[in-house]
Amino acid sequence: MIRIPDKVVERALLMMALSSMAVLSLITVFIFREGAPLVWKVGLGEFFSTTWRPTAGHFGISLMIVGSAVVTVGALVIGVPFGIACAVVLTELAPAKVRAALKPAIEILAGIPSVVYGFLGIVVLMPAIRQVFGGPGASALAGSIILGIMVLPTIIGISIDALQAVPRSYREGSLALGATEWQTTWRVVLPAARSGIVAAVILGMGRAVGETMAVIMVTGNSVQMPGSPLDPVRTLTANIALEMGYAAGDHRAALFATGIVLFLIIMALNTLANTARGTKKTTASRAAAAPASPGGGAAALGSAPVPDKGTAAPANAARREGS
Amino acid sequence: MSRAAPQPVRRRLTPRQAQRVAQAVLWAMMALTVATLAFIVIYVLRKGLPYVTWTFLSQPPTDSGREGGVLPIAVGTLAVTALGVALATPLGLGTAIYLTEYTAEGRMTRVIRFGADCLAGVPSIIFGLFGFVFFVITLGFGWSILAGGLTLAFMILPTIIRTSEEAIRAVPQSHREVALSLGASKWESIYKVVVPTGLPGIVTGIILGVGRSISETAAVIFTAGSSLSHVVPTSVFDGTRTLSVHFYQLAREGISAEKAYATASVLVIAILAINVTAYALMERFMKRFR
Repeated sequence: MIRIPDKVVERALLMMALSSMAVLSLITVFIFREGAPLVWKVGLGEFFSTTWRPTAGHFGISLMIVGSAVVTVGALVIGVPFGIACAVVLTELAPAKVRAALKPAIEILAGIPSVVYGFLGIVVLMPAIRQVFGGPGASALAGSIILGIMVLPTIIGISIDALQAVPRSYREGSLALGATEWQTTWRVVLPAARSGIVAAVILGMGRAVGETMAVIMVTGNSVQMPGSPLDPVRTLTANIALEMGYAAGDHRAALFATGIVLFLIIMALNTLANTARGTKKTTASRAAAAPASPGGGAAALGSAPVPDKGTAAPANAARREGS
Repeated sequence: MSRAAPQPVRRRLTPRQAQRVAQAVLWAMMALTVATLAFIVIYVLRKGLPYVTWTFLSQPPTDSGREGGVLPIAVGTLAVTALGVALATPLGLGTAIYLTEYTAEGRMTRVIRFGADCLAGVPSIIFGLFGFVFFVITLGFGWSILAGGLTLAFMILPTIIRTSEEAIRAVPQSHREVALSLGASKWESIYKVVVPTGLPGIVTGIILGVGRSISETAAVIFTAGSSLSHVVPTSVFDGTRTLSVHFYQLAREGISAEKAYATASVLVIAILAINVTAYALMERFMKRFR
């Protein structure tokens, strides 16, 4: 058999490795090429106005930006506390067996198609909202609740990674100083994992901003300024998906321009999340040192070269004693 | 929690009590989350499973989905998915091998990872827009399995890269050293030792990619098309509805609740099976090297 020289293999693999960057560039180029000329033509003032009447030549998308912002904030209000709570339970509280059963269940949540979420929004959530609060049911509130559930796997998954990255010695140090388990979680572990959790929230935000199908199905999609959570809204994604089927000419270009705005928001969020995660190490050590500083003991313990396995037993003992 | 101690009315909770309250709240939130998940799955299956019959799976749809089944749609979904995975796997695996075996952490790996991370965050509707203008219009593929599959390939690439990288990293260094000491070239040690050893993990990534492809709607509706065909697609240039798109049309247009629930059940069962398999495979694989 002929041996392929390693140099050739390396080059070929490098080309493959650059493919995702290439795809990203390709997407950027094509979305901008289709949408940017329209923004240029109508001007930024018109593009960010509140009048969306594409057939009459008005391409203002600011109400869609408001719509996206409203449902995203709503989704985070619901998704962040639940997401972090689940992550804390799964890393700090649950016995190994419970964790082994719950973690895959949560991950499966991530796989359920967004159209299924949207459908359940139509058949379960919207009637419930109509009954409890009145109104049409299809609303920013419905969108927020559905998205709040949909961002959970993202927030939980990344928060778990962040919590698990907090060294065991931090917990031990805190427990050894007489803190309860909860004080340890609240004042030592969570602050130490802060940057990772921030990244989790930002990525969850990206997920909520970018979600399309579920949102279309439950938010009502009328272009208006929502006066209350029970009013219908239209998001950026919904604007694209709803009108793409029949749009042509400037109208279609305006949808691509909407895509540009969406794309820029997502890229900004990704970069932000990346930065937050990049600073993890430095922040972790600073944040953990701060609450423990009155005694100074935890920080000292934290740097002590104790092998992980040896310390596991006392930690568990402390844990059992604590509860 | 006794109230015996004579304390001012608004006394603070003792740390122990605070802990009890906090933990109860956290567990309650966890329980509510799991209950929501269980509700979603059970609700769909209870409403839809009775309608998932052999006829439903083996017949073409008639009367715009009100009657008949989903055969051509299921075949179209599989075709789009298979194409996407077949294209994304070599690219993703190649990237993972390059990142783990051929380079030290540095500027190049940061660029590659940043690209993959950003791609992972790009919303599916953007992939849909891009696939539409690039594959459907510019390259002239029309609404087709080919355009849909290529778009999905781009979309699942980051998933496959990340899982493959994790799998390859988990292969112990000693495996590589033994192969090299027996006279294998670097590449031989990779494709004869490292990749086969990491295979279960790599397959997990592929399975997850399949899951994402099947459940995707926004990216395929503008690339593979949404017209309902009564015949099974025979060429990659045929357009097709995927199951998710079909379900979306049934549900949104209110065509048939019965068929909508049935289609949703098929989707949910497929996704559950796929994710459980992927998860079990990865768990077993990672255990071997722990």
